[in-house]
Amino acid sequence: MQSDLTLKQSTRIAGPDGLTNGPLIQTRDLSFAYSSSPAVVDVSLALPRGAVGALIGANGSGKSTLIRLLAGLLKPVQGEVHFNGASLTKLHPRERAKRIAYVPQSTSTVFPFTALEVVLTGRSPYSGRFRFESVHDEQIALAALAALDASHLSARHITELSGGERQLVTVARALAQEPEVMLLDEPASALDLKHRTQLARALRRLRDERGITVLMITHDLMLLDSVADLIFAMKCGRVVASGAPEMVLTDRVLGEVYDAPVRTIHSEGRTFVWSEL
Amino acid sequence: MISPTENAMLSEAELTKSTATVYTRHARNRARVGVRLRIALPLLLLVLVIAFSIGLYVGYQPLDLAALKSDPIARAVFFRLRLPRVLMAALVGASLAMVGTALQALFRNPLADPFTLGVSGGASLGASIAIAFGLGLNLAGVPLIFIVAFVGASVSVLLVYRLARSGGGTMLPGALLLAGVVLNLSASAGVLVIQYLASYGRALQILRWLIGSLDVVGFDLIWKMLVFLIPGWLVLIVHARDLHLLATGESDSAASLGVDVRRTEQMVFLASSLIVAVTVSVGGAIGFVGLIVPHAARLVFGQDVRVLLPASFLLGAAFLILADTLARVAISPGELPVGAITALLGGPVFLLLLKRQQRYSAM
Repeated sequence: MQSDLTLKQSTRIAGPDGLTNGPLIQTRDLSFAYSSSPAVVDVSLALPRGAVGALIGANGSGKSTLIRLLAGLLKPVQGEVHFNGASLTKLHPRERAKRIAYVPQSTSTVFPFTALEVVLTGRSPYSGRFRFESVHDEQIALAALAALDASHLSARHITELSGGERQLVTVARALAQEPEVMLLDEPASALDLKHRTQLARALRRLRDERGITVLMITHDLMLLDSVADLIFAMKCGRVVASGAPEMVLTDRVLGEVYDAPVRTIHSEGRTFVWSEL
Repeated sequence: MISPTENAMLSEAELTKSTATVYTRHARNRARVGVRLRIALPLLLLVLVIAFSIGLYVGYQPLDLAALKSDPIARAVFFRLRLPRVLMAALVGASLAMVGTALQALFRNPLADPFTLGVSGGASLGASIAIAFGLGLNLAGVPLIFIVAFVGASVSVLLVYRLARSGGGTMLPGALLLAGVVLNLSASAGVLVIQYLASYGRALQILRWLIGSLDVVGFDLIWKMLVFLIPGWLVLIVHARDLHLLATGESDSAASLGVDVRRTEQMVFLASSLIVAVTVSVGGAIGFVGLIVPHAARLVFGQDVRVLLPASFLLGAAFLILADTLARVAISPGELPVGAITALLGGPVFLLLLKRQQRYSAM
């Protein structure tokens, strides 16, 4: 716990100021609209390299749209996403796939691929059009599953897995991409307590050992102060608050973000959040 | 066992250590995709050779090698009729099966095939129009019926795609098949109207063509087909990886892995329409080949689309050769339409798959 705290602080000092290393992902006045209804409005944010960021907000506040914009899966109506100081659109999709991994909210396929086959697709940006995955790729895929304590799933059919197990497989696929940044859309929503902890631990270790940057959407506010360095709170398509967990996870900010009476208690280095009925 | 806390994330040293255990445990289930393809291709080539031999041997008169040497009529029958017909069955079967595999991956639907999606229907309508207007002629060597059927197939595939896609870009399996059914019905209605309006002779021509037959004299038509089929096949093979990535997740996942989804869709639509148009123009709407064959290949070689595309190509060729051989000899000296045989086999397979799919998706 202690070491985590110091690490969090050091990244915070190095990150947002951009003195030592510039932000890995940065947007300025980013906007997007589905047909006519705006989904993301004038979002300017900076995600420092090596930080674990969290994106919170009510349903329909534009979180998924924002993360898909950052992943380069949607073209902004206005503004631009900068990755490593350069425009994301200038990056070839396969080069982008080596740097940015995206985990969708849910994924489904009707074909009974094995979990390992699905994780192996994370290696495809690294191999040629007519090349199959090498033994090395297989090792990376298996290690990715192992890191999430999901090795036992590798030979199971993806169509037979539970929602939570499928989420683990999808996160493992993202790990297998060996990206610089992982963008996760509610990766823990269907995970049980053990695997939620496992995922949080894995993300933290990725940051600590490999300097991987993470941005994840989550509704699990209790998990945040032990995992996230930075929290961005969205409301009606705008980022209305951002900062360290202790700055965002307060009665006032959360009350405004969720439009609900939210209470927080800070105790033993943890934040407890609940909503008054 | 690997303790989760000790298993450092993907770090090189740990990687070897941690995977050693996992690796042996899963040795049996390793992806082995390349190996699978290396086994599949020779095996299926052998199957194809056997099917080819059967197709060449069996007929109204079984093949008599001695007669082939001495008797010019026997030689003509063999080289002008039987060999081209077996080749034609191979081309059509391979094409339909490969398109079926590609469409199933692209639409992420195991029930998709040129027939169920209405692509064959569209091509049939186009071909009927061509016959009704006497367009069975050539334009600079290209049979016009190919082109009109191609237009029909392309329109169908685009319509089905538009109708089955929700606002968010996800495919709705139910909507996809319904759209296919409606398109097929509309196309059949269109064909009926054209038949009704066309002159007696032309109507008969359409009817005869609709029944579908792989009857062919000489190799002329086969060369012409190959001019269109080979580019179509190549486009599908080139997109095998993209189709595989699309089949394992949805378009967003594939896009995040570097697939240009829009372009892949366009190219696969174009190639599929072209292939289906050519095969339907020649052999009529031969249903369910694109459905049964890919699933048969799946049972043996697994789900990897990069293996399935070439595998269903070879298996499809063998399958239609055998189905056509059966059609030729089942009620000898008469002949059954080969489409009837594939439909009789395909109907039950489709229903079985439908039952199985209900388990996976509620939609």
